[in-house]
Amino acid sequence: MKIDRRQLLGGGALAAAGALTALDPRGNRAVAQNAAAGHGMNGHGGGANGATLRKGATVDHRANGFNPTDILRDFDEGRPRRLASGRTLREWEVVAADKEIEIAPGIKYPAWTFNGRIPGPSLRAREGERLRVRFVNGSAHPHTMHFHGIHPAEMDGVPGVGPGLIEPGKSVVYEFDAEPFGMHLYHCHTGPLAEHIARGMYGAFIVDPKQGREEADELLMMMNGFNTNFDAEGNQVYAVNSIAFHYVNEPIRVRRGELVRIYLANILEYDPINSFHLHGNFFEFFPTGTRLQPTDFTDTIGMVQGQRGILEVRFPNTGMFMFHAHKTEFADLGWMGFFEVL
Amino acid sequence: MEAGSHSRSQVEAPTGRVPVWALGAIPLVLIVGALAALLTVGGDTLGERLGPPVEEIAVERTVLRPGEIELTVRNTGPDAVTVAQMFVNDTYVDYRATDNEIGRSGTEAFTLNYPWQQDSPYLVTLVSETGATTEHEIPVAVETPAPDGGFYGLMALLGVYVGVIPVALGMLFLPFLRRVREHWIRFFMAITIGLLGFLAIDAYLEGTEIAESGTGAFGGAALLFIGAGAAYLGLAALDRVLRERGQRAREAGASALQLSLLVAIGIGLHNLGEGLAIGSAYAVGELALGAFLVFGFALHNTTEGLAIVAPLSAYRRPSLARLGALGLIAGAPAILGAFIGASAYNPEFAALLIGVGIGAIVQVIVQLVPAIRDRAGRALYPASVGGILAGAAVLYATGFLVAA
Repeated sequence: MKIDRRQLLGGGALAAAGALTALDPRGNRAVAQNAAAGHGMNGHGGGANGATLRKGATVDHRANGFNPTDILRDFDEGRPRRLASGRTLREWEVVAADKEIEIAPGIKYPAWTFNGRIPGPSLRAREGERLRVRFVNGSAHPHTMHFHGIHPAEMDGVPGVGPGLIEPGKSVVYEFDAEPFGMHLYHCHTGPLAEHIARGMYGAFIVDPKQGREEADELLMMMNGFNTNFDAEGNQVYAVNSIAFHYVNEPIRVRRGELVRIYLANILEYDPINSFHLHGNFFEFFPTGTRLQPTDFTDTIGMVQGQRGILEVRFPNTGMFMFHAHKTEFADLGWMGFFEVL
Repeated sequence: MEAGSHSRSQVEAPTGRVPVWALGAIPLVLIVGALAALLTVGGDTLGERLGPPVEEIAVERTVLRPGEIELTVRNTGPDAVTVAQMFVNDTYVDYRATDNEIGRSGTEAFTLNYPWQQDSPYLVTLVSETGATTEHEIPVAVETPAPDGGFYGLMALLGVYVGVIPVALGMLFLPFLRRVREHWIRFFMAITIGLLGFLAIDAYLEGTEIAESGTGAFGGAALLFIGAGAAYLGLAALDRVLRERGQRAREAGASALQLSLLVAIGIGLHNLGEGLAIGSAYAVGELALGAFLVFGFALHNTTEGLAIVAPLSAYRRPSLARLGALGLIAGAPAILGAFIGASAYNPEFAALLIGVGIGAIVQVIVQLVPAIRDRAGRALYPASVGGILAGAAVLYATGFLVAA
């Protein structure tokens, strides 16, 4: 069940109280997150208080068809089915669609999407499973799905190899094994490549290790941006999960002492590097998520495009903790948010 | 003549039943009707345009207050533009506006909440609803002076320094000019022509630059020519009126006074533009105030006073009141210009006023040419050419003293 943020604002304390009880690590947390918007960070930003979009203006998430708060914990495990061999076959259908997305209040971006959202669905499987992704091109442009991972050449989703470009109205099935475990990506690989990525055609491809990971409140964060004037020189809007300053307006609610696992990737086009910085806390970092031992205990990491990893953190204190790109220009242009630790 | 009027009455005869006013009114009504029809239905016959909406906006005026930047934005394109967000030096900012949509040719004021620092440069980016960006550069941030009494007093003082005092000083040459021989008078008039010619060219170059810095919504550099044409023709008409009066009065020397008046008006209009440039430079913090400015302009504009009194050398007894009036006509507009420039500066309006100054100067040059003709009636001979070049050289050289 999803409740619109505006409906809850009037609900006040009752809604906030309900939101607290709605927190649970595996369920849908839309209610809790939406209620959080009603208080707390409305005072942030403006003048010396920092960057902010025009106050009072809001993004119409309903028209967009997705809310970044929901995307955080929306992992798509597809339709699993046990094969005669005992192995699991996992199937998805992903549809490319051209769609206008309001990436900041009032700014409409003519995006190309997977399943009508940016980032596309966070496809999630377990190491060793057989994966079958049926890709339907409902866009007016040719596209592909190129997965990061280990797979046969004809399943690479690039022009001229295997099925190659998928023309509008056509579909294809990409089939391969889930390996290696870790935090990966998929994206369109049609030329011009930079444009097909910048327009929004990317998503997370998460492979869990066979033995699984420790129970945690898991979050998906895709560092991205939008070059709204199409000059191919930097971006006008930067964000995590597409909407500028979204997690300033709707802080991410997490619980003190609970393990929080962040699947983080940088897909930002037109800028050479991006970064992630967490205030007041340190996290263990697992590059690409392909090893179970962390390589770093830090509060800041940098990533080039396509680089990704897993962050694990327990917040020892309650309160508001900012997170943002420590390329602070990006932070001031929208890549900024808050954790609200309860 | 007889034949002409005869054939004219023949032509009129067949249409004599329709009153003349109706002949004029009928096409007017038809034109208005046709235009109205085109406006309402004509556009639909052509269908939609090929491309997306054209979003052309430009910042017309920038006001800096502590913690705030106020931009007056004009829509210079054919379609309405909606401003969605703004960022300053790559930081999104909150701003106030009564309406985010700017209609065709319309303006809207946006007040940005941004802690700008004195003396720093800024780049403001306006992002439209389609994601198109318009950049506005603030070369150096300086608090815009508040239009209070002290400010107007300062502008008046600047105008007096730049316009009134130098002109008055230049006019002190009158007794000298009255005593020197006729060929020296012609030489000084030639110097005046050189001065004015240089001023006109200089003003044209500066005016073009200023016009191009504006939004172009009202014609840009074309405004220079509109202003110049209007001033030239207006002064030519004024000259005609003054001459006819003078002929009736048959007063000896009246034409000399008229010439002085025309020169004073021409220089006054020029000083209006000069005051404007100084006032606007002051407002954006670009004007280097101080002794050098005052001294430079005094030296530079003293020659303007000389130009006013040169035609008066043959005039018997110009009263002090008349001389004072001439001086004020030539110098005082600098005060008005400084007011306008510092409080309501608009590049295109400035271009129009500078154009007016140019037209006035050209008209004055045309008026002065007969005064340098020698006994043989030639305008260009070694002494006059030397005078013209000397006049231009003096302004060129003293121009280095004023970098406003």
